[in-house]
Amino acid sequence: MTETPERPGRQVKRRRTILIAGSIAVAATLFTFGLAALLVNIFERKQEARNPFYRVVDLDDDTTDPSVWGQNFPLQYDLYRRTVDQVRTRYGGSEAVPRTPDEVDPRSVVAQSRLEEDPRLKTMWAGYAFATDFREERGHAYMLEDQIFTGRQRVVQQPGTCLHCHASVYVPYKQAGDGDLIKGFERVNQMPFAEAVKLVKHPVSCIDCHHPETMQLRITRPGFMEGIRSLKASEGVSDYDVNTMATRQEMRSFVCGQCHVEYYFKGPEKRLTYPWSKGIRSDQILDYYQETGFRDWVHAETGAEVLKAQHPEFEMWSQGIHARSGVACSDCHMPYVRVGAMKISDHHVRSPVLNLSNACQTCHRWPESELKARVETIQDRTYQMRNLALDALVDLIADIKSARESGASDEQLRLARDHQRKAQFFVDFIEAENSMGFHAPQEAARTLTLSIDNSRRGQVAIREIR
Amino acid sequence: MRARTLTILLITAAVAGAAGGVGGYTFVYARGASYLTNDPSACANCHIMSDHYAAWVKSSHRTAAVCNDCHTPPGLVPKYMTKASNGFWHSLGFTTGRFPDPLRIKPVNLEVTEKACRACHQEIVRQIDSRPGHRPADRLSCIKCHSEVGHME
Repeated sequence: MTETPERPGRQVKRRRTILIAGSIAVAATLFTFGLAALLVNIFERKQEARNPFYRVVDLDDDTTDPSVWGQNFPLQYDLYRRTVDQVRTRYGGSEAVPRTPDEVDPRSVVAQSRLEEDPRLKTMWAGYAFATDFREERGHAYMLEDQIFTGRQRVVQQPGTCLHCHASVYVPYKQAGDGDLIKGFERVNQMPFAEAVKLVKHPVSCIDCHHPETMQLRITRPGFMEGIRSLKASEGVSDYDVNTMATRQEMRSFVCGQCHVEYYFKGPEKRLTYPWSKGIRSDQILDYYQETGFRDWVHAETGAEVLKAQHPEFEMWSQGIHARSGVACSDCHMPYVRVGAMKISDHHVRSPVLNLSNACQTCHRWPESELKARVETIQDRTYQMRNLALDALVDLIADIKSARESGASDEQLRLARDHQRKAQFFVDFIEAENSMGFHAPQEAARTLTLSIDNSRRGQVAIREIR
Repeated sequence: MRARTLTILLITAAVAGAAGGVGGYTFVYARGASYLTNDPSACANCHIMSDHYAAWVKSSHRTAAVCNDCHTPPGLVPKYMTKASNGFWHSLGFTTGRFPDPLRIKPVNLEVTEKACRACHQEIVRQIDSRPGHRPADRLSCIKCHSEVGHME
């Protein structure tokens, strides 16, 4: 067989044809690959958008277990479970501290002790259970466990009232009240903690904030229903029913306000009460206590009848610029996150400082480092004022103590003790509040100034005895 | 030898044809033709824009301007070039999942929007820009202050 020799020109031409064809094929392949990926992506998003959730189980008004709700709402449930995380921020969050479990307390991890960080707190709370054990709060997942095993349980008999905010009590309350939520609330309040804790199983759960059929937000806590009613009454709105009269955006803060508030246990029934009938600011709350004459305990060093302020986040937030601008707790602590075609609220409730992009940047278009610096500037300043207020209080306590030891009578000490009560309440109001002033910087400064002023007046009162 | 060339050409044609087919299907399935219109609801085909669309419906500009009035430049060619470029980068971003969240407008698109503000509101803008000592470099950004007129977010 003889081969016809090809002309070199044709060979080059053919090679070029092959090269061009090959390039087109490669480009078309890559292009098709990309298109297929895009197509599948669009398909997935369309599928996700079609069904925001699948009803796998039926939920009713007695389903407390969050894992059952989680079958219908796996994305939210997954995020909710992440509140076990322990992450520090400069002034908050919690750090995992190992501990050796013993018979009364099986916890192998706890949060750092605030008493060790700042011994002045022990002086402020002398004679009260908080002076024995007070740790940084951990995430929602630990609320029940940490309340059961806190050292405070060992030094004082706690009432069942505590469970109002340390467990999912909506269904247990209804059961204890034979179907009546308020009756159940009243009954559980009067039980000893050790008895009452047998009624509950879960820390805060889906049913505490959501209606099981519509998923709408709702209030399930009697303390808040009554507290907000008394606050609204002071503002001229009578018979306020939060579940029918609040707006959707208000509910996005009110559900948090069910627990993140100042409270006390009223009377021998230990009825959980939010002291808001004169208003929600620190001095208005103190006015309420002055009028009712309530005291949490008698100070061990001075004999003053004093108060313990408790995490008034809702109250402080309500005095700040974010509340004024219509920004709800959930907007920053549970900001929307995109999951595929869906936007859900982040049920991993945590400090916005740990989630600056979603929490702040939706409104504030600044780099994360700048936003963090802004937050910490406010907190650094508040912390400095808090320290000055605590120093002033410790000085006043020392003065009253020494006047008492050198024989001053109760009558002579009355005025100074009253100033101690006020000074202590104001500084504790900011100390106990979990934002180090951020929720309402100027209100925090005002409250700390009131504290320092009362410490000063108390010291003047002591001087006048001598 | 000629047969080999033919085979290669056939394979190339098949691959290119497949690209065309998948492309055509994707175009129809993703309602690609709607993107060639001015209809604002087309921009919300893609779920990520639902909130912006919902906010625009409630905004002061809903009766005055649709998406394309502020987000594409005037002129047929620049308009469709911008659409094509954004369409490509959006498809790439969403397919790979690599895009910033919360979303941020790119400088080039911001420029388009700023120009749109100035085109309609030129009388008032001229008075602001012609203040004494004004240089083009100190031009103020309209949406720095008026960020909510089109849509929140």
